[in-house]
Amino acid sequence: MPTPAPAIQLDRVSRHYAMGETSVRAVNEVSLSVPESEFLALLGSSGSGKSTLLNLIAGLDRPTSGSIFALGQNIASLSSIELARYRRNTIGMIFQSFNLLPRMTLEENVELPLRLAEIDRSERPARVREALERVRLTHRLGHRPAELSGGEQQRVAIARALVNRPKILLADEPTGNLDSATGEAILTLLRELRSQLGMTIVMVTHERPLAESFADRLATLGDGKLLSTASAKALSQ
Amino acid sequence: MKPRDLTDLAFRNLRESALRNTLTTLGVAVGVASFVAIISIGVGLQQLASKRLSESGLFDTILVTPKNNFRGMNRPSPEPETGKPPRPLDEDARKEFEKLPNVVEVYPQIRFFTEVRFNNKPYATVVAGMPDSSRNSGAFDGMQGHFFSSTTADEAILQIEFAKELSEQPSSLLGQDLILRYAERQALPSSTTPGDTPANSAESPAGGFSIVPKELHLKIVGIVETEPAAGYAGYGNGRLLMPLEAAGALRAAQVNDLRDIVRDSASNKTSYSSLSVRAKSPSQVQSIEDSIKKMGFRAFSLLDASKSLRIFFTVFDLLVGIFGSLALAIATLGIVNTLVMAILERRREIGVLKALGASDSDVQQLFFVEAGVMGLLGGVLGVVFGWILGRAMTYGTNAYLLRQNLNPIELTAVPWWLALAALAIAVLVSLAAGLYPASRAAKLNPVDALRYE
Repeated sequence: MPTPAPAIQLDRVSRHYAMGETSVRAVNEVSLSVPESEFLALLGSSGSGKSTLLNLIAGLDRPTSGSIFALGQNIASLSSIELARYRRNTIGMIFQSFNLLPRMTLEENVELPLRLAEIDRSERPARVREALERVRLTHRLGHRPAELSGGEQQRVAIARALVNRPKILLADEPTGNLDSATGEAILTLLRELRSQLGMTIVMVTHERPLAESFADRLATLGDGKLLSTASAKALSQ
Repeated sequence: MKPRDLTDLAFRNLRESALRNTLTTLGVAVGVASFVAIISIGVGLQQLASKRLSESGLFDTILVTPKNNFRGMNRPSPEPETGKPPRPLDEDARKEFEKLPNVVEVYPQIRFFTEVRFNNKPYATVVAGMPDSSRNSGAFDGMQGHFFSSTTADEAILQIEFAKELSEQPSSLLGQDLILRYAERQALPSSTTPGDTPANSAESPAGGFSIVPKELHLKIVGIVETEPAAGYAGYGNGRLLMPLEAAGALRAAQVNDLRDIVRDSASNKTSYSSLSVRAKSPSQVQSIEDSIKKMGFRAFSLLDASKSLRIFFTVFDLLVGIFGSLALAIATLGIVNTLVMAILERRREIGVLKALGASDSDVQQLFFVEAGVMGLLGGVLGVVFGWILGRAMTYGTNAYLLRQNLNPIELTAVPWWLALAALAIAVLVSLAAGLYPASRAAKLNPVDALRYE
């Protein structure tokens, strides 16, 4: 049986930063393949380059060298307008600090990507409602983020990430600001959404136990290099 | 992003930092207001000056005289001798002038010194004939009483200074009669009957004329404070104004007549010593003057004076514009400052927008629209403030003028073009002010912006 084309294919990806005289290799020749609808956890201590790698996949940053294929498209060669379209339509992103816009209501926050994607106004309320139902938030929609608990805010952020029906969900320390119970609830939700929608999920975390129990596979980075990859099953055995 | 979403978000952002954005918008408004107020004074003063000048008839009138005026006086002719007899200023010439483009009217000058009796006391004054068209020239705006009831009415309008000589309460003169004592010319020989020659005509051939004292009762119908009959014919102002035709019918002896006696015209036709040609506006005076000169007459106008006046106002406008622009420049800095501050404050938001798929141009447009909206609102407010400021200055000036027993004036004027220009400038300046912050916001690296706490 032929293996399906990977959702994400990293080929000797490097990202160097100039720090005064010296050059910091935040990501150093990383090659990695993420099959479609896999839940991959990127592990590593702080400064290991895992967030930089995630930003490269998200199209928020460009690699110094190497190529990044997402759904067959080399995003390293996209123009900035094409890259914005890629972020809008192919990628959904959630963050440790949720990054909801504090002045907007929950509904407005979730609607924002639809505005950017120029989705017809008449279509938007249904899409917003659908996304919020998926994260099981159907009340307090007119409230502002500050009036919600951390877990609720992260669910709103997930709804916002889903509303444009992306194929890839990128999560940057999604449980970092949550207590462990809430963090587990969020990851449970992510797994559910993955099986409902068939999304590929790449999650950056430094909490190995969480990664082992929720992700399919763990990739560990250190000093910008990919140290190891292992399936969660193998690790738990 | 679609324009509606863009403006939606821009307005939302403006509302969120309401205090700062309101202050910035007010800054623009104050800048625009001072710009509008200062320019409106320039416009108002210019309108005032040109109104007064056109009322005086100085700048739209050409005085035409025949070329041979001085020959009989044994003076050297200012024109080279052509050998041809010079053209007489007769009825044909008058009709030709009337046919020239942009000529409003052609009329002879009637002004004469004479004696007026009122309450049995004699007063010396200058009588001037006013053409009917002067009714609409604006010179009689704000007069007491009314304009002549007809072109031949035996009525008089007094210039205020003269009216003050007649009575301490000039307004009490309205409706009263005065007696005009004048010297009527009667041609020698007496073959011509009075009235069949045009007003102000000099009798020809040079048989001369006799002068017969006459009297005429005139009803005072108006008192005017301006000097509608101010002229450059060397007589000073007319202080007692009569309808031109009525004045002409008097056949009063004029100063010019003395000259006409010694004139050696060969023609037996009626001719004028001078004619006033009025142009539609001062700008047409030059071309009319040139045409008349080509016909072989002498023509004078005070166009040069009006030219230097226009230069004065152009420079004045320029200076006034520079001061007005300074206020706008400060308002521009306010917008730049507000938006640069907004970038710092909204760094994270910009990062989030970009992570959600906003393009550089989306972010740029968002800031641009915010600057434009502040400019537009500030512009509208500024025009209104400026207008109010102008009204207040006019009000204050007039209160002062009234205390000095002077007539109120329209100090400021905000014509529609000024309002539109101020709005356009406010928006353009704001957009220009938004240029730098917007491009800075657009170039913001989303990774840095998201890391920023």
